[in-house]
Amino acid sequence: MSQTVQSSGDTPDENRRDFLTLATTAVGVVGTGMALWPFVDSMNPSKDVLALSSVEVNLSNIAVGQAIKVMWRGKPVFIRHRTEREIKEAEDVALNQLVDPETDDARVQKKEWLIVVGVCTHLGCIPMGTATGEPRGDFDGWYCPCHGSHYDSSGRIRKGPAPLNLHVPTYTFLTDTSVKIG
Amino acid sequence: MSAPVWNNKVVKWVDDRLPIISMVHHAAYEYPTPKNLSYMWNFGSLAGFILVTMILSGIFLVMNYTPHADMAFDSVERIMRDVNYGWLLRYLHVNGASMFFICVYIHIFRGLYYGSYKAPREVLWWIGILILLAMMATAFMGYVLPWGQMSFWGATVITNLFSAFPVIGDPLVTWLWGGFSIGNPTLNRFFSLHYLLPFVILGLVVLHVWALHAVRSNNPTGVEIKTPQDSIPFHPYYTIKDLFGMGVFLIIYLYFVFFAPNFFGEPDNYIMANPLSTPAHIVPEWYFLPFYAILRSIDFSFLGMPAKLLGVLAMFAAIIVLFVIPWLDTSKVRSSRFRPVYKWFFVLLIIDCFVLGYCGAKSPADPFMGLQGLQVITMGQLATLYYFLHFLVIMPVVGKMERPKPLPASISESVLKGGANA
Repeated sequence: MSQTVQSSGDTPDENRRDFLTLATTAVGVVGTGMALWPFVDSMNPSKDVLALSSVEVNLSNIAVGQAIKVMWRGKPVFIRHRTEREIKEAEDVALNQLVDPETDDARVQKKEWLIVVGVCTHLGCIPMGTATGEPRGDFDGWYCPCHGSHYDSSGRIRKGPAPLNLHVPTYTFLTDTSVKIG
Repeated sequence: MSAPVWNNKVVKWVDDRLPIISMVHHAAYEYPTPKNLSYMWNFGSLAGFILVTMILSGIFLVMNYTPHADMAFDSVERIMRDVNYGWLLRYLHVNGASMFFICVYIHIFRGLYYGSYKAPREVLWWIGILILLAMMATAFMGYVLPWGQMSFWGATVITNLFSAFPVIGDPLVTWLWGGFSIGNPTLNRFFSLHYLLPFVILGLVVLHVWALHAVRSNNPTGVEIKTPQDSIPFHPYYTIKDLFGMGVFLIIYLYFVFFAPNFFGEPDNYIMANPLSTPAHIVPEWYFLPFYAILRSIDFSFLGMPAKLLGVLAMFAAIIVLFVIPWLDTSKVRSSRFRPVYKWFFVLLIIDCFVLGYCGAKSPADPFMGLQGLQVITMGQLATLYYFLHFLVIMPVVGKMERPKPLPASISESVLKGGANA
């Protein structure tokens, strides 16, 4: 290509051709990307999935020391009505003993209610310890049977392969006995 | 070998316009095959046979399967109970997956032992690894479709692996799921891809065979075909040998289908998926166990990378390393028959893979094979270390140090002398 241009000695023509090649390529790449995006984005959560993003829970039936599971966005949320002892245990831990340091205060709105997403932060199993009689691990919280992670009474990771504490979802207390998650 | 002349007018008319008959003739009759291939060379064509079996049984299963989170489990039970021969189609498909992996793993280790990955067969080897990766993806997504407890939680654990990547991890997992957990959108896309990928595999197999025909089959001596005396036509010599092997294979395959159809399965998968309760002991299908053991064995962080990310990287590296072994192996000799030192390391590698598989099936804190004081996790770590040592250290070093036995002058010579081991 450059040879034909050279023979005519017309350098501006060469620049123009380079520009056209570049511009065409750029438009082609951007255009292909734009055409691909709808396909990629169609795999993201759809509007009806996103619409199911909050749930209201009545807390009046949960006795002290008891915990329940509720479904939120297709996964369980643990709501534990903590005992005095559990609260004290959670507050007394030194932060330097924690894998993912966080105070108990930062994880609860009301001390007696611990609300966390019940999905192990390792590979997504449901830790045991919500129903009475299930193993609660070495720290009075939850124990994940898949790969052996122990969570404490604040839902913080204490032992095992999980890297992070159980997530705290956004929630608001509507009344003293009713909470809206999401 | 000149192009064939067709006497039949119809055949000639077609072949002049689309030389497909010449192509088949070329592949089956003119393709010179080493005359010393052992039964270890049966597993490629066996894998091809199972691929066709899987596609056929799968197409018919789909006619009665409902890809919806509320109905998938029941539709599979209906296939088992109400659909005519539904149980047969499903058991052929389920056990076919295990058989497919058995054949492909033997095929791969055959290639490793006889140096079939070495020049000029590197691209042939690469395509084979791509086929393995596509098979793993297909098998994983297929296992999700019955929507049992193991389907659901296996899918949860494996898709969560991608959350290990920094920054993009979480959005990536949400994108894979099409929601905030494994659910109906996930089931639908896995169904779509599970139907697509086998045809991708079929395309890769065509490339694999094409590459094979360009570089020719390796053989137990690892010495290339030099004269016409070294080879025989594929048909009828190897078609009949493959057919015999297929008979033996079918006895084993159909034994499982008819007499032990759930041998490779997990009872938990006959319980419908429950997003609120994880089974006490999650294990992947047997063909993923060694990789699962590698994933789990990394329980420490290193260089600021968390254990979870390292485990995922190690698991992928276990396959990626296979891409570069044509250059990691420094030996000039292909076949381990003539490699007195490497041969034993190869045996160790096989044992190592079985140890990894055992570790993948057990809980990390259990004692290894009943040995008190040796935990499964520790043994898994040692076995993982050896796996990578084999490819990254032993292969390059032994190739340089070892003095191979003398090679036969030709395939023909080795056959007439009764083989190299005689």
